[in-house]
Amino acid sequence: MGRISNDPPQFYINVTDLIMNSTTAAVSFNQVSRHFGAVKAVDAVSFDIKDGEFFAMLGPSGSGKTTCLRLIAGFEQPTEGHVLVHGADMNGVPPYDRDVNTVFQDYALFPHMSVLDNVAYGLMIRKVPAAERRRQAEEMLDMVALGGFGGRKPSQLSGGQRQRVALARALVNHPKVLLLDEPLGALDLKLREQMQVELKAIQRRVGITFVYVTHDQGEALSMSDRVAVFNQGKIEQLASPTELYENPATSFVAGFVGISNLLEGAAAKAVTGTEGACSIRPEKIHLDSAGSSVPANAMGVAGRVSAILYLGANTRYDVALPGGGELTVAVQNRDAHIEPKEGEDVQLWWEARHLMRFAR
Amino acid sequence: MTAATRSLSNNLSTFLYQRPRFVLILLLLPPLLWLGIIYLGSLFTLLAQSFFSIDDFTAQVVYQPTLDTYARLFTATNLSIIFRTVMMAAVVTIISGIIAFPLAYYVARFASGRMKAFFYIAVMLPLWSNYLVRVYSWKLILAKEGAIHWAVNALGLGPVLDWILTLPVVEGSSLSTSYIGTTLTFVYIWLPFMVLPVQAALERVPRSLIEASSDLGAKPNETFRKVIFPLAIPGIAAGSIFTFSLTLGDYIIPQLIGSSRPFIGQAVYQFQGTAGDIPMAAAFAMVPIVIMAVYLTLAKRLGAFDAL
Amino acid sequence: MPSKTTTAPDRSKGNAGWGLKAAAWFGVLYLNLPILFIVLYGFTTDEASYSFPPPGLTTEWFAVTWSRQDFWDALALSVQVAFAAMAIAMVLGTLAAAAMYRFKFFGKEAVTLLILLPIALPGIVTGISLRSAFAIGDIPFSYITIVLGHATFCIVVVYNNAIARLRRSSPALIEASMDLGADTFQTFRHVILPNLATALLAGGMLAFALSFDEIIVTTFTAGQQETLPIWMFRQLARPHQRPVTNVAAIIVMIITFAPILAAYYLTRDTDDVAGSGK
Repeated sequence: MGRISNDPPQFYINVTDLIMNSTTAAVSFNQVSRHFGAVKAVDAVSFDIKDGEFFAMLGPSGSGKTTCLRLIAGFEQPTEGHVLVHGADMNGVPPYDRDVNTVFQDYALFPHMSVLDNVAYGLMIRKVPAAERRRQAEEMLDMVALGGFGGRKPSQLSGGQRQRVALARALVNHPKVLLLDEPLGALDLKLREQMQVELKAIQRRVGITFVYVTHDQGEALSMSDRVAVFNQGKIEQLASPTELYENPATSFVAGFVGISNLLEGAAAKAVTGTEGACSIRPEKIHLDSAGSSVPANAMGVAGRVSAILYLGANTRYDVALPGGGELTVAVQNRDAHIEPKEGEDVQLWWEARHLMRFAR
Repeated sequence: MTAATRSLSNNLSTFLYQRPRFVLILLLLPPLLWLGIIYLGSLFTLLAQSFFSIDDFTAQVVYQPTLDTYARLFTATNLSIIFRTVMMAAVVTIISGIIAFPLAYYVARFASGRMKAFFYIAVMLPLWSNYLVRVYSWKLILAKEGAIHWAVNALGLGPVLDWILTLPVVEGSSLSTSYIGTTLTFVYIWLPFMVLPVQAALERVPRSLIEASSDLGAKPNETFRKVIFPLAIPGIAAGSIFTFSLTLGDYIIPQLIGSSRPFIGQAVYQFQGTAGDIPMAAAFAMVPIVIMAVYLTLAKRLGAFDAL
Repeated sequence: MPSKTTTAPDRSKGNAGWGLKAAAWFGVLYLNLPILFIVLYGFTTDEASYSFPPPGLTTEWFAVTWSRQDFWDALALSVQVAFAAMAIAMVLGTLAAAAMYRFKFFGKEAVTLLILLPIALPGIVTGISLRSAFAIGDIPFSYITIVLGHATFCIVVVYNNAIARLRRSSPALIEASMDLGADTFQTFRHVILPNLATALLAGGMLAFALSFDEIIVTTFTAGQQETLPIWMFRQLARPHQRPVTNVAAIIVMIITFAPILAAYYLTRDTDDVAGSGK
């Protein structure tokens, strides 16, 4: 699998677009709901996606993120509210009249067409002359490192290659917004990591707004400018990856993004003195031998190691607390100065500013 | 795309996009009208007819709701017709199952490549080829002067066959006028309907399940009895729906091959044709429907509908 | 039903015991040998009985059949009916499949049942129902009444083939096409139709074969008209020129085998058994 070429994509730059886009959001959700019978898949959601940003919608399955994507694409219509694309109300506008293209989860390549015809499909529908659409399609295949594959059938390609064709097929139309529905879900780990880098590079190069749906927090954090975390049809938090990780707004976000270390009720009270839910990221916790002193300005708690998981770069210790509950501690194997065994007592401490408290 | 460049088809398409219910109606209405008016309409006409009666003197249908026709249905003669037909359907179903299972099992588990395609066509072709031609072929084979009698005589077993043909129930002057002939022909005609669902059910048994069973210490025949066969039961039940139902309603086979004692299909045919007693024919036609309703309820419990 | 592995040799399969093999071959021979007798008896010199082995062989019955106008009339009617029933079934079956695939609606199960009913209920019920309805509606028996009956039970064959193919293709294909700018009609032309074409063709051919062979419903809806199966049935009752029936049967087999085999090859790689719902 080759790298994506570095040819400058001149054909993407459009001055009027740039001027217009600076004033309006690429996509706006205005009190949008989508109900399926009694199920509120999307429940009165409002948010803006800025033009040119890499925007991720993250959440567990059934959280409403895919429905939001389908609302932008036009495969679903809102039960209430309005979806705007570049300021234009999309209610009642069919998918084929929207300046939006989608990369589908299973790629949805047309099995009866060659790779080239797949990529040229949108151009063919817009009646671009045959020679011209062939040129553009081939150019786009080159960009996704599939030059020379145009004559093949989709069934003759590997999963990663199909994924690139799907991407080329959408990008060749120069959409204002590109929607990606778990595009890397079917690929293996190595390929997934490689594609993350490439997708980000392509997005930077073409300058198109990417809206990326995923249930994989790693994908969302690594590629996005901003992430919306969905839960039960609502957005729990919309923030940059750093903000999301360092300052989760709710216990759900803390739990879904990274390892949570959530303490509640009595367990929380034993550590912080109040019953409100709280959490500390595993890598913020220091691990010391039992009885060692806790630095000033830091919070500490004693516990007993209940499980050890060696992960190569670091080691994870699950430490049971006397007041109930458990904290996971991640220790970089470079600076590990103690190596407690299972069942040993240890002292934990962390800087007070790293303790995150939640209203819910 | 701007409004100016929109074509008529694009506008119409958008109109339809905004009204999915309308599209559904547009698609569904023609087939529903056809099946609703022509088919359901006829079925209800038939059902209604069974609640009228026929005037014995004028031979005209009296259009007054009555249960008389149903009362007349349950005479000794008619009950014996029903009993005879149901017994035949049951026997045909059982024999079909016995012949179909090894065939389906072999194709599903052991045949592959060209062999599998061959077996598949060898089952499909008879299924789709001419029903009457296939019935007729047995008339040729079973005739007194035909191939089976000739072969049996050539082997010197003529007296044995003659003795079998004198047995009660079987009785007939030759195979083509005995119940044996009727049964053989029924099984021959409906066998593919049993093979296909059984094979489908067997194909769905994952290979890993069989390996797991042998991995857990089961011998091949234990695996067959405890794993494969139970999983094939929905397929057998599905196949039996066809063999049972089709035998129940057939009137050509018993007319061409077998004794002159009538089956349900023939009775219905005669009541509407020669006797001109439409209400009676309608009431009689309800019998296989009711029997099938009962049968389907039973088959559903065995998971037959998942294997269709 | 046999899956995509049909044509690929599968080394993981073991060997069957001889008992199983014999039983399997018995089933296949039982299903296919009798047809050979039809062919054999088409050449016999014995025109009044079914004596085996045939006392002599001749090809004269082919000439006799060729000169029988009643045979040609029946054949012509059967072909016309089968084409008409096929055309109607293809339109209605495709529409029904599209609706059932694309939409969820109240009463969907009932509609499925309604489509299946004409082949689920014994043919005699369908036949006598139609006959009594025609009688009450004062509709004279004709070519049209035969087609009405045939199309009714052919719909399900086309429907089954179409919906099986639709279910097998990714639902996102239609969305992908619209997403790329194609309206409903363009999507139908460029994506749905090419994907569905072979399944529809196969369904149509099976519908043709089904109609061409049908006798039970036809007996009730034909009146004085003779389709080829009815002609053969009446021919059976006459001891005179018996082998003519066999020659007709051979012709019928040739006419129906072609579309059935074609349907099989059209759907082999993509679908399960094309006619499993007969």
